[in-house]
Amino acid sequence: MHIVVCIKQVPATLDVRVDPVTHNLIREGTESVINSFDENALEEALRLREKFGGTVSVISMGPPQVREALRKALAMGADAAYLLCDRALGGADTLATAYTLAQGIRRLAPFDLILCGRHAVDADTGQVGPELAERLNLPQVTMVKKLECDGKTIVAWRECEEGTAVWELPLPAVVTVESKINTPRYPSPIGIVRSAKKPLTVWTAKDLDVDEDQIGLKGSPTRVLRLFSPQRTSHVEILPGEPEEAARALVAKLREQKVL
Amino acid sequence: MDFRLSEELELWRKTVREFTEKEVAPYDAEMDRANDLPWDIVRKMSESGFFGVPFPEEYGGAGMGSLAAVITIEELARGSASVALTLDAHWLATDPIFMFGTEEQKKKYLPDLVSGKKLAAFALTEPVAGSDAAGIMSTAVRDGDYWILNGTKAFITNGGAAETYVIAVKTDKTKGARGISTFIVEKGTPGFSIGKKEDKMGCRGSVTTELILDNCRVPAENMLGKEGEGFKVAMVALDFGRVCVGAMGVGCATAAMEAAGRYANQRQAFGGPLAKLQAVQFKIADMAMGIEAARLLTYRAAWLRDAGQRYTTEAAMAKVFGAEVAMSTCKDAIQIFGGYGYTRDYPVERYLRDAKLLEIGEGASEVLRMVIGMNTLKELA
Repeated sequence: MHIVVCIKQVPATLDVRVDPVTHNLIREGTESVINSFDENALEEALRLREKFGGTVSVISMGPPQVREALRKALAMGADAAYLLCDRALGGADTLATAYTLAQGIRRLAPFDLILCGRHAVDADTGQVGPELAERLNLPQVTMVKKLECDGKTIVAWRECEEGTAVWELPLPAVVTVESKINTPRYPSPIGIVRSAKKPLTVWTAKDLDVDEDQIGLKGSPTRVLRLFSPQRTSHVEILPGEPEEAARALVAKLREQKVL
Repeated sequence: MDFRLSEELELWRKTVREFTEKEVAPYDAEMDRANDLPWDIVRKMSESGFFGVPFPEEYGGAGMGSLAAVITIEELARGSASVALTLDAHWLATDPIFMFGTEEQKKKYLPDLVSGKKLAAFALTEPVAGSDAAGIMSTAVRDGDYWILNGTKAFITNGGAAETYVIAVKTDKTKGARGISTFIVEKGTPGFSIGKKEDKMGCRGSVTTELILDNCRVPAENMLGKEGEGFKVAMVALDFGRVCVGAMGVGCATAAMEAAGRYANQRQAFGGPLAKLQAVQFKIADMAMGIEAARLLTYRAAWLRDAGQRYTTEAAMAKVFGAEVAMSTCKDAIQIFGGYGYTRDYPVERYLRDAKLLEIGEGASEVLRMVIGMNTLKELA
């Protein structure tokens, strides 16, 4: 099996600052990590490889410092890493990102499965996985909390609001995963030592056979018009009376608000 | 001269830090109360390859060397001195098997110890002999293909938890240090039992016990090193152990400084945060200087070892200095916390109790000052 895992490097802290002019995330000076859901995707890929053999490739688009995230992925056990890195790719929204990743992944063909995290914890869109499936014309399931595979088809348990949907898909397919699916391993010391000898390939826009109008800022129709922090208001109401009486009133209120 | 760590070491440090923050630090207060070894954490460390960091791939290790080992201990100690001590004590016994073992001994014992499937313990100290290591009273008498071991060992870290023990005894009572030999003794060997478990002041998440040897028959092939070479085996093992204890001091002090710094930035007094007070700034400055100096001493001692150079004096310096920086930093951290620091609601009192061990175990500060002083004077003669 050849499994491709898409990873994104994100700021280590959730205390993300936003540039007031460009509305982009300020990444300078913050420590970066692999998006946690993407680590789940990688872990699932490594487990499938342990079962079926084959190779796991990780791919990411971003600035040169993303090498560090890819290096960690290699240390965790991925076989090869690809970084799509070019100034021309900068400023991409999810559409341009998915297009560029798809062009990169086409170069990795043949592959059986593409795994992504359900969303990145910095921008929270969850769009790149599904867009990638559309670009590559592959079936997809998102937010998967359990995955079974016989080497030809996969059965995916998808988290829904009021239950679980179970899907069966032919391979190749695109799957985005939840954190519940597994607990990612830590890179082992020997994994770190061996990762130094594993290939980490950097591809520029030229290497990718891309339409220049569809990459980077130029290929990104999304415009952030305004950014604001959510207004948090709290309303306190004292329920008077004896405890029993107050409790009854509280339950009634909670029912009214559809909490219960 | 380049003070940057390699990409490999940086990645490993980050990994241990993440592991420690998630899997170790949240349980440190609980293991302190329980006075027990957290086996879950030991198992996770084993699964993640922690035990094999300094040993060659041939025996299942990562071959990353002493500097990587020291970084492992330092980062673990930031979350739990107890867990760092468990690994340090394990290496203290595993390393001499690697350094002095026959090929058969290495093949038999190292895979399980390097993987962390089994724990190891090193036993030199006795109720009557600690710093005066050559004064140990335990004996081994030859009996055909066996040695009969008798005596009591005291304050043995990983006692009871370990499956494999490296034990120093006198094979020639007429001699001092040169009469000592070391043996590998497996748990369950008839005549070998675990004695009293200590109720320690700190590092309570590591176990410390007595070991009792009562006509314990050990096969002659279990002698580690040559007959009479035991003191050398112990000193070589302790050199590396002392660098690791220095690293524990760095980790423990860092944890205390971080806690004190966070508190000083938040706590309001005299119309502003404590951090605005010069008395507090000076304390933090002393902590930061001490930690930086201790870390450099520790890393350099590890670097000397990896470079194949003599490092006994540097190991002693790293250990004494690291331990004393840990003590002074923890003491001042409590002072910054004031009354809260004296309660178990905050971790700094635990850090102080943990740090005190570092001035005692694996060579008390006084004995190591003798080593440093004598070696320095020899160079000046």
